Amino acid sequence: MRYLPLNSEDRADMLARVGVANIDALFADIPKAKRLEHDLDLPPRKTEIEVERLLSGLAAKNVPAGAVPFFVGAGAYKHHVPASVDHLIQRSEFLTSYTPYQPEIAQGTLQTIFEFQTQVAGLTAMDVANASMYDGSTATVEAVAMAHRITKRRKAIVSGGLHPHYAEAVRTYAAMAGDDALVLAPDVFAAETLGALVDEETSCIVVQSPDFFGNLRDLSDIAAICKAKGALLVAVFTEAVSLGLVQPPGAMGADIVAGEGQSIGNRLNFGGPYVGLFAAKAKYLRQMPGRLCGETVDASGRRGFVLTLSTREQHIRRDKATSNICTNSGLASLAFTIHLTLLGDAGLRRLARINHANAVDLADRLAAIAGVKVLNKTFFNEFTLKIAGDAAQAVERMADLGVLGGVPVSRLLPDKGLDDLILAASTEVNTEADRAAFVEALQGVLSC
Amino acid sequence: MLMRHGRSLEAAEAAVPETRTFTGNRGLEIEEGLIFEIGRPENTGVDLDEPAPFEHRLGSLERQEPSGLPGLSEPETMRHYVRLSRMNYAIDAGIYPLGSCTMKHNPRLNEAMARLSGFADIHPLQPQASVQGALELIAELARWLMVLTGMDAVAMSPRAGAHGEACGMMAIKAAIAAKGEERTRKIVLVPESAHGTNPASAAGAGFEVRPVPARADGTLDPAAVQERLGPDVAAIMLTNPNTCGLFEKDIVEIAALIHEAGAYFYCDGANFNAIMGKTRPGDLGVDAMHINLHKTFSTPHGGGGPGAGPVVLSPRLAAYAPVPFLCREEGGLRLVEQQSEAPGAFGRIAAFHGQMGMFVRAYAYMLSHGADGLRQAAEDAVLNANYVRAGLRDLMSEPFGDRPCMHEVLFDGAWLKPTGLTALDFAKAMIDEGFHPMTIYFPLVAHGAMLIEPTESESKASLDLFIAALRHLAFAARRGETERFAGAPYQAPRERLDETRAARNPILKWTKPGHLKAAHEGRPRAATPFTIT
Repeated sequence: MRYLPLNSEDRADMLARVGVANIDALFADIPKAKRLEHDLDLPPRKTEIEVERLLSGLAAKNVPAGAVPFFVGAGAYKHHVPASVDHLIQRSEFLTSYTPYQPEIAQGTLQTIFEFQTQVAGLTAMDVANASMYDGSTATVEAVAMAHRITKRRKAIVSGGLHPHYAEAVRTYAAMAGDDALVLAPDVFAAETLGALVDEETSCIVVQSPDFFGNLRDLSDIAAICKAKGALLVAVFTEAVSLGLVQPPGAMGADIVAGEGQSIGNRLNFGGPYVGLFAAKAKYLRQMPGRLCGETVDASGRRGFVLTLSTREQHIRRDKATSNICTNSGLASLAFTIHLTLLGDAGLRRLARINHANAVDLADRLAAIAGVKVLNKTFFNEFTLKIAGDAAQAVERMADLGVLGGVPVSRLLPDKGLDDLILAASTEVNTEADRAAFVEALQGVLSC
Repeated sequence: MLMRHGRSLEAAEAAVPETRTFTGNRGLEIEEGLIFEIGRPENTGVDLDEPAPFEHRLGSLERQEPSGLPGLSEPETMRHYVRLSRMNYAIDAGIYPLGSCTMKHNPRLNEAMARLSGFADIHPLQPQASVQGALELIAELARWLMVLTGMDAVAMSPRAGAHGEACGMMAIKAAIAAKGEERTRKIVLVPESAHGTNPASAAGAGFEVRPVPARADGTLDPAAVQERLGPDVAAIMLTNPNTCGLFEKDIVEIAALIHEAGAYFYCDGANFNAIMGKTRPGDLGVDAMHINLHKTFSTPHGGGGPGAGPVVLSPRLAAYAPVPFLCREEGGLRLVEQQSEAPGAFGRIAAFHGQMGMFVRAYAYMLSHGADGLRQAAEDAVLNANYVRAGLRDLMSEPFGDRPCMHEVLFDGAWLKPTGLTALDFAKAMIDEGFHPMTIYFPLVAHGAMLIEPTESESKASLDLFIAALRHLAFAARRGETERFAGAPYQAPRERLDETRAARNPILKWTKPGHLKAAHEGRPRAATPFTIT
């Protein structure tokens, strides 16, 4: 087997050194009746060529974003990732290292985490950020739990503009922990009045901007109401590139920010791995989940970095920890950091403008189709279309025509009377020809 | 005895080798500032054309204050991160014997396969007819996991081991609720040797955690479990092989006791690498177990993640698995994404369908090994650990007596006590010898624990050198050569780092010099390697 260095001679020598007659002697603690005496019903080993052939065959059965005009978003976005990003994250020293528990030989990882934390804090305009969560949805779950701990209240009010999967995860965790999560009805037009719902039991309001339907939301008023009532504002985003152009949550009074960072540095990967961004006001630092990297010095006075404030974490605090998270999104957060380093503020802003320009162009073109309405007053790179017909069917039929034209809202929110809505996203990867193809496909689908 | 640099050992002990250069660099080891010190917000390493003028749709919500984040050109970016990478230890560079972490070789074929456009550029919400190959891969991986573990179902969405623990405990909670016992069954038993994630996950799912002590031999006593079982106990969370590197030999009896008491058996599968192909958790009475694809199935650790933690479930729990899951229909595979379609499902634990990138890598690993190769990997992992044990047991102390181990060998700090050195000192001295240290101070049940897991990826020659070096250090410790340990590491990119200072005065992000107050109360920053005084 090509990955196993020991040969049978080694094994025999080593068994002799260990002092046992055969390998099974080392498995003697497994109850005899429960030992497997035969190979399981699984195929035998395959060569590298065979594995490549088999997996390439499976990959070829899928339609990747680059192959067709592609406008699918709803929480995950197709962006261009510079080639240097993937090269760098495949450096052995980043790819095949563990969590930096021995900081003297992990300064590479630690310094990049410190850079990541600083970038996330700057992007969101928050005081502190952690070393990453699994993804945006789990970061949101953690943000709600953190708000409960800080306020010592146990009711979260969840906006109807929050990504439905995020809302379901919040609701699931809340139900398990015996907390309340009031998830509001889908809010297509960003018309809900969240402030009115905050009461003395409310620990937090969870709001997404750009929201699930693409609307931008001014969180300042909600932040003020939360503050007056002793609740916290948890601000969520699923499109990190938006922060290059749109007012960041920290500037609107957010107390905790949970976001999806996939858009920067990471490919779609059919939903994972992604990278959860998590930031907060400094005064809540000790209630944050996850790892934190901090600056210090070594014995000779040189600057260095270590994991710190770990008394919050599960390996020290066990059942009293702020979270059970251990493994996070390390390498995906490194990809985020490298891509953002390549972009810089100027590059990010320009990237965001291109996204917005492409989406504005797409929205205008689609709105010109008879029977199609764009519902958003504001948006970044994604918006909601109302069509004269069933959205799920329209999307399927556009796919048959070779255009992946967005996500039917009913896929995430079935049985809510939203069957005629499509979420459509346009990023920097879409060309004018792509947008024209989308318009043509939708027109074709609606006219027959 | 000469050291690497040709100096005698005695000389090396007498003076800390500190070679100051003008740059702070030491040959190939090049000091590197932070991007915030070397980049500028107006610089960029990405060519993007400014869009034609258009009317924005941002309402009043255009960003007011720029992020201020620095940019670097592509060559500067490459150099920055390559230099940083060289300050890291990695499996590709040497043995990484972190007990309980299973740092095995990460095959590059897996990386290549995960990057195929047909896997890496597909969207979780595009029409399911356009991702049938991806769904097939997930279904096949799920089948392998179920066959290897002898379990009936698997929830694929957990993002990592701890997320899998939470998922499994939630399934247990749902099963208990279905029997109307959610008010009475609130307690989860967790041995003291457990990973910290276990009690944290149980608490997160709304349970109360109670410890169970182990016997003097490091394993769990069925009688001790029975004593704590009652109508208020929901589950036990047990790692097997346990974190002391021992197989819980009474596991079948323990499982029977748990089931008789109406409770469930959660197994932490972090150590599945030791037993795959040798026994099946389903046959041992396990109800739920997460599998760390980033341990057992070789997906890279990436400096802390990402991982994947699918949870296999017994028939008693299968109906409560969260959404999404796959079902096979006439037209092909279909994802069930809505709870309304799966009345038993306890809910959803994250967006989308799971860590596809990790699934591809793990499946490539499984295919490459086959059933026979996976069993061989487990056997080699266990053999390697026992070989290390055989090479060190006369010098180091074992907390649970002289007996074979599974895939990892646990020593404690008793043998170090007379030397006045700590496990940490010993670990840091290993760094100077070019090794990543073993896990130290875990599990908590062994005082001054040193947990060594070599994995099956190490050759005999690699282990021989590792053992020889550790023996050498052990003798040095016994001889009282404390300086060599107390100040170690001397040869690493950094000497010992001041963790107390980091925690007492947290500096968690870079701030412009002159704007330091908010970040760390105006205290002076540490000298950077570039400070020329």
